[in-house]
Amino acid sequence: MSTNDILQILAYVIALIVLAPILGQFMARVFTGKPHLLSRPLGWLERITYRLCGIPANHEMSWRQYAASLLWFNGLGFLIVFILQITQHWLPMNPQHLPNVPWVLSFNTAVSFMTNTNWQSYAGETTLSYLTQMAGLTVQNFVSAATGIAVFLALTRGILRKTTSVIGNFWVDMTRSIVYVLLPLSVILGVALLSQGVVQTLSPAVTVTTVEGQSQDIPLGPAASQVAIKQLGTNGGGYFNANSAHPLENPTPVSNFLEMLALLLIPAALTFTYGKMVSNRKHGWIIFAVMFSLWFGGLALSLYGEYSSNPSVGLNTNLEGKEIRFGTVNSVLWSVSTTAASNGSVNAMHSSLSPIAGGVAMFNIMLGEIIFGGVGAGMYGILLHVLLTVFLAGLMVGRTPEYLGKKIEAREIQMTILGILIPNAVILLGAGVACVLPIALSSLANQGPHGLSEILYAFSSAAGNNGSAFAGLNANTDFYNIVLGIAMLIGRFAVILPCLVIAGSLASKKVSPPSAGTFATDNSTFAVLLIGVITIVGALTFLPALGLGPIIEHFLMIAGRIF
Amino acid sequence: MAKSSTGQFDRALLGAAVKDSFRKLHPRAEMRNPVMFVCWVGALITSVLFGIDLIKGVFPEFEFQISLWLWFTVLFANFAEAVAEGRGKAQAESLKKGRTQLMARLLENNKERLASATTLKKGDIVICETNDIIPSDGEVIEGIASVDESAITGESAPVIRESGGDRSAVTGGTRVISDRIIIRITAEPGSTFIDKMIALIEGAKRQKTPNEIALSIVLAGLTIIFLLAVATLKFFADYSGTAANQDLSGIVTVPVLIALLVCLIPTTIGGLLSAIGIAGIDRLVKQNVIAKSGRSVEAAGDIDVLLLDKTGTITLGNRMASEFIPAPMITEQHLAEVAQLASLSDETPEGRSIVVLAKEKYGFRAESLTPSQGKFIPFTAVSRMSGVDIFEDDGQVMMSVRKGDAEAIKIMVENEGGEFPIEVVGTVNRIARHGGTPLVVADGKDVFGVIHLKDMVKGGIKERFAELRRMGIKTIMITGDNPLTAAAIAAEAGVDDFIAQATPEAKLERIREEQRAGHLVAMTGDGTNDAPALAQADVGVAMNTGTQAAREAGNMVDLDSNPTKLIQIVEIGKQLLMTRGALTTFSIANDVAKYFAILPAMFGTLYATSGSTGGPLLAMNIMHLHSPESAILSAVIFNALIIITLIPLALRGVSYRAESAAKLLRRNLFIYGLGGVIAPFVGIKAIDVMIVAAKLVK
Repeated sequence: MSTNDILQILAYVIALIVLAPILGQFMARVFTGKPHLLSRPLGWLERITYRLCGIPANHEMSWRQYAASLLWFNGLGFLIVFILQITQHWLPMNPQHLPNVPWVLSFNTAVSFMTNTNWQSYAGETTLSYLTQMAGLTVQNFVSAATGIAVFLALTRGILRKTTSVIGNFWVDMTRSIVYVLLPLSVILGVALLSQGVVQTLSPAVTVTTVEGQSQDIPLGPAASQVAIKQLGTNGGGYFNANSAHPLENPTPVSNFLEMLALLLIPAALTFTYGKMVSNRKHGWIIFAVMFSLWFGGLALSLYGEYSSNPSVGLNTNLEGKEIRFGTVNSVLWSVSTTAASNGSVNAMHSSLSPIAGGVAMFNIMLGEIIFGGVGAGMYGILLHVLLTVFLAGLMVGRTPEYLGKKIEAREIQMTILGILIPNAVILLGAGVACVLPIALSSLANQGPHGLSEILYAFSSAAGNNGSAFAGLNANTDFYNIVLGIAMLIGRFAVILPCLVIAGSLASKKVSPPSAGTFATDNSTFAVLLIGVITIVGALTFLPALGLGPIIEHFLMIAGRIF
Repeated sequence: MAKSSTGQFDRALLGAAVKDSFRKLHPRAEMRNPVMFVCWVGALITSVLFGIDLIKGVFPEFEFQISLWLWFTVLFANFAEAVAEGRGKAQAESLKKGRTQLMARLLENNKERLASATTLKKGDIVICETNDIIPSDGEVIEGIASVDESAITGESAPVIRESGGDRSAVTGGTRVISDRIIIRITAEPGSTFIDKMIALIEGAKRQKTPNEIALSIVLAGLTIIFLLAVATLKFFADYSGTAANQDLSGIVTVPVLIALLVCLIPTTIGGLLSAIGIAGIDRLVKQNVIAKSGRSVEAAGDIDVLLLDKTGTITLGNRMASEFIPAPMITEQHLAEVAQLASLSDETPEGRSIVVLAKEKYGFRAESLTPSQGKFIPFTAVSRMSGVDIFEDDGQVMMSVRKGDAEAIKIMVENEGGEFPIEVVGTVNRIARHGGTPLVVADGKDVFGVIHLKDMVKGGIKERFAELRRMGIKTIMITGDNPLTAAAIAAEAGVDDFIAQATPEAKLERIREEQRAGHLVAMTGDGTNDAPALAQADVGVAMNTGTQAAREAGNMVDLDSNPTKLIQIVEIGKQLLMTRGALTTFSIANDVAKYFAILPAMFGTLYATSGSTGGPLLAMNIMHLHSPESAILSAVIFNALIIITLIPLALRGVSYRAESAAKLLRRNLFIYGLGGVIAPFVGIKAIDVMIVAAKLVK
């Protein structure tokens, strides 16, 4: 690694640490209904939304009502995207006259964007019309991210409030997240990306003659607007198939830096929003520190993997599958961040990463997308781990475990365990079954441990709602489209629903004031414990699988065998 | 119950426990514990597979040993529970023996007839005289008697039970030593105090406590996840075997997968969980405290506010002389001498304390006055003073020493024509301000000085409260004293807060107020008027000497009637939770080493290049275990033995110190977290060396 490489990492880290707290404080004001920077310029938009949709903004919901609204709204979103795809041929804004999308693929894509996964079994430029991309996918990019924030807010209120049955209004949370956070940031980022050369047009693809005299179609489309929210909303679904490795989606080092920053910005900022909302900023910082440490550890390990010599190639850096425009460091920085943050956009091909870096990417997802994680989803995901940690460690100080004054009892623990266990179960079961089903194995491009990694990664990515792919696996088959679609649904809602139950249960409890006998969650001991619980639970669950995938592949690579 | 200590590992007890461990192998018993049930099913499957092989005419030594150790794992867990239960059972037996065929003298329409004690209903009236065993729980409605309660308290000194007041409750099974009392029965048959005690100690009605339920959910969740991890490992192994063109079916067998599963699921805590709970209640019983439910024991650990009665808990109960403050021109020694004289025949605790203080300070010998030498003037509410008149040989009054209330003495002195020194007034006011009681000593018109009577705070109590504070527990003193006195004692004892001039209503209101603020409150009480507060408190400890109403209202009864016991109760509650947490951490931490033993054993040959014996994953065999079989067997054996090794810890509880949560956590994390990671590496290696030496494996 050169000094330049280190400086780039440093610039990224500094930008993140400076911007996240500022945005976090701003969001705390937005979500608690306090006056803020944008209440004057954009307040009308919020009010008009309520009026148009007939939302009683002052009405608060119980967890059941909240969950029902959320499911209803997401279900509707799914239907719209699904119908847009299977009818796009007959609809306007389809200059390439792309045919209707087969229903199995439509199902997979609709689920994928509704669940903030953005797993793509298709190539955007050759499959979806401009209308489908804009009215279907881009809309879901916004609302799926806002859904994550809404669940996070509901859970936070549950933790914060005492002896009440209501945890906020889903529609208000959605509206505020979109109007004041996602939309303004997307506009800013979109314009910035435009300035770097990301395309934004409704014109059809242009045909050019290349230097070699060949004719080539250059696909165009409204990319910049979608790329901005794809990064900010931890969606990750590329406008083009090559995602952010595509020159029209990510043309310059500046656009690359901005996209990478956007990728972690909101999830990181939400830790500060949380600290502010629960009036324990230190706790917010501790959660940030835990996420950052895990992210940084993954980055270091991946860089080690990428810069270790591969005797088969004879180079000491691995450049296969990478954009030379970005180089190793920016590719690894991206791969670690995108898997940590449940984003899933890529600027390099993860299948070509060294076994260690690929393993880190996979492990990031397997941990449950909580290292910053998805917008909102990362926070409620890590809060489940916080509850588990508080429970285990709380017992050790001789009291019924408490979190921010709330007793953690059977109900909360039951839901915590479900929320952590179900996605893990989906990954293991899905990958396990796929490993022995010929119909699933026929999609593999590689054999040996690398093939296992491809399957494992696909199911992790789906259940973790990440959406990135370990390219090499042909996922556009009926089997994978359906099974992965189901995995995404479970991975999303089997975490959201337990979180809302917990929110409802905690909201109804009393708050015990802290004392010297209380287990503190805002010190370094807790940070270490939380890291320990996250990694140990993840490692114990996935070590056998990882052992037969990336780990053994790494050792074999050193021994000179590649797959 | 008998205080005779049943040692932790009594031989007869162990024998019974071994028998019980086999009895508990019944699937219905095992199913109550999901972790051990998985282990049980695993043992069953391996045994069946072994049986099938046996029928086929092969003796698979390795499978045999695995299934044997899996059964041991289940049995050891059963044994832990059986031992914990066994200790209680022995105590219950001795209680049952005392409950022999009792006949009661039932009073019906003023006629007495004999009736079996078991037929007594609530509201029946019975008579008990000297040497009668009280047939059931009740309340004395007439008479007074001394009662031997050693059958339940283990305390041989008899106690007084009388109608009315706070000492009216009697317990079935106790014996009247003298006099005659009439009792109204207050318990339905089968639900008397002794019945409840037996049920509790036997663990027959043991229900899982809230915390135990929550922990069981975590353990079940972990078990499911490991079940999936191991089940899918079979698929991953099949894929890898095919990919590497190798046959792994010799090592990735069902028994080996089951062995891995049993090693990974939290059998250590799963096997010891119920023993920890039973032992927690048992520790309370050892302290002579009967908890009516396990839930309250757990709640005791959560307590963060303690309401303590001043008298008997914080102070010794009587005011004692602590200082002689002489009037001007009088030496302290002189004052002490006169004060001692005034108190020589005063048999009240206050009077005696004056004599004692005088002796301690100036070595005055206490001599008793003969009636010819002097006459004792006892304290009356009218004179508000006491003292002694000393006669000359001729019967003339030589001295007329009085000690008493400042106002009363002042009037006396001024009537005699003397002057009450202004300095003494100052002293009196100062003592009163600090919560003491000033006694002014005078002889006729001469004022000698003031004796400072003080509520004496028990030795060591201040340190105890400081300890509680470190544990995060707030102490509130309840007293009938005026606020001034209360404040002084509160400061001296180091309590955090106090309620002066406390009424039962004030107590109740304070408890509610603390609870509204989110606190969990514990208190002790004995009187009927304490009952509402005892019921309201999260942990209400009723004194056994108290009224039936109080004993009904509280969720624990202290047989020793020692209000300070509350502090031990809190510690036992905390220790219970800590033991669970520590062993859970230990159990999970153990898994790391087990992976390092079993994964390389299973996949050490995977992708091995021809010519070399080991594949890349053999690098994980950092313990350098002898062979795949020895590695797997060592892990299984370690997993089984650790349960039996930790039984004493589970029964005793992890050591508890009054420390802040942060310190406790760091210590326990270090011992059980880090220790839990390291111990199995050492243990598995040691077992591997031994079984290889013993040629148990290839």
